[in-house]
Amino acid sequence: MSPGGAEAVTSTWLVVALVGAGTVAIKATGPVLLGGRKLPARVSSVIGLLAPALLAALVVTQTLASGRHLQVDARLLGVAVAGIALWRKAPVLVVIVLAAAATAIGRLLV
Amino acid sequence: MAEEQREPRRTYRDGARAVGPLAVAVAGFGVSFGLLARSAGMGWLAPIVMSATTFAGSAQFAAVSVLGAGGTVAAAVAAALLLNARYGPIGVSVAPWLSGPPWSRFIRGQLVVDESWAVAAEGDGRFDPRMLVGAGLTIYVAWLAGTTVGAVGGQALGDPARLGLDAAFPALFLALLVPQIRSRRTLSAALAGAAIAFVLTPFTPPGIPIVSAAAACLLGVRKP
Repeated sequence: MSPGGAEAVTSTWLVVALVGAGTVAIKATGPVLLGGRKLPARVSSVIGLLAPALLAALVVTQTLASGRHLQVDARLLGVAVAGIALWRKAPVLVVIVLAAAATAIGRLLV
Repeated sequence: MAEEQREPRRTYRDGARAVGPLAVAVAGFGVSFGLLARSAGMGWLAPIVMSATTFAGSAQFAAVSVLGAGGTVAAAVAAALLLNARYGPIGVSVAPWLSGPPWSRFIRGQLVVDESWAVAAEGDGRFDPRMLVGAGLTIYVAWLAGTTVGAVGGQALGDPARLGLDAAFPALFLALLVPQIRSRRTLSAALAGAAIAFVLTPFTPPGIPIVSAAAACLLGVRKP
């Protein structure tokens, strides 16, 4: 058990409760307030670009970020392998397994 | 436009089927979340409750890693909610396709995660609500089951990084990104988002680079 036992347990549940409540509220906002109504074309066009922008950002941070540092490690190898597998039209699950395996092997070798 | 004649109608089952391969991966991530949360000192129950109530993988990982590294409650919550901020606009994007009473829209809104959203997307900002619900429920069950296995079954597997599971995440996001690139404009948005995240990572806390990358969608303001 980590130091500060009871306090750590309280923090854990506080985080679980706050993140849970916040997430539920964020997810509910659009559907509850706007449900069944269409947005103007310009707005849809902007929103249509959110997914590629955020997904690309997630690829970058999950591949290269380590906390606040940029760090090249075996994850990059895994993602490169994933890129090749996607280019070869491999199924998603195969892509993910290959990425994990390449990374694990890369770590063994370094 | 022949939009009205779009047949046949998609069912909940179509959504579940389409998201199947991703659900297997999500269950695997759930296992790794359970393992990581447990090794970060969260016990076995809190991770399961968190997956049942929060249902947003990357944010849960963020919260747990901040807590595990000795961060404050505020830092953990902020990191997680910033990562989840994308569900604001994502919720807005599906809202036009969700009809019915507010409580029903509220519940279906909770089933929106990256995977179900991507599967339900029909292009040009259109979404199939049945695909969304079928895929969302499937992912929810997979995520919760995986978390339970990881948190309860626990420590036998060892270090998730040694298994390369940390690289499984960017690989998944890349796999979700590729089908989104349908035009020069979506490509520009992806490149701009990646650049923003890359540049901000050394200067801002985790989560901020991703939220800031949303600014790249402003490329959509220009007329096509």
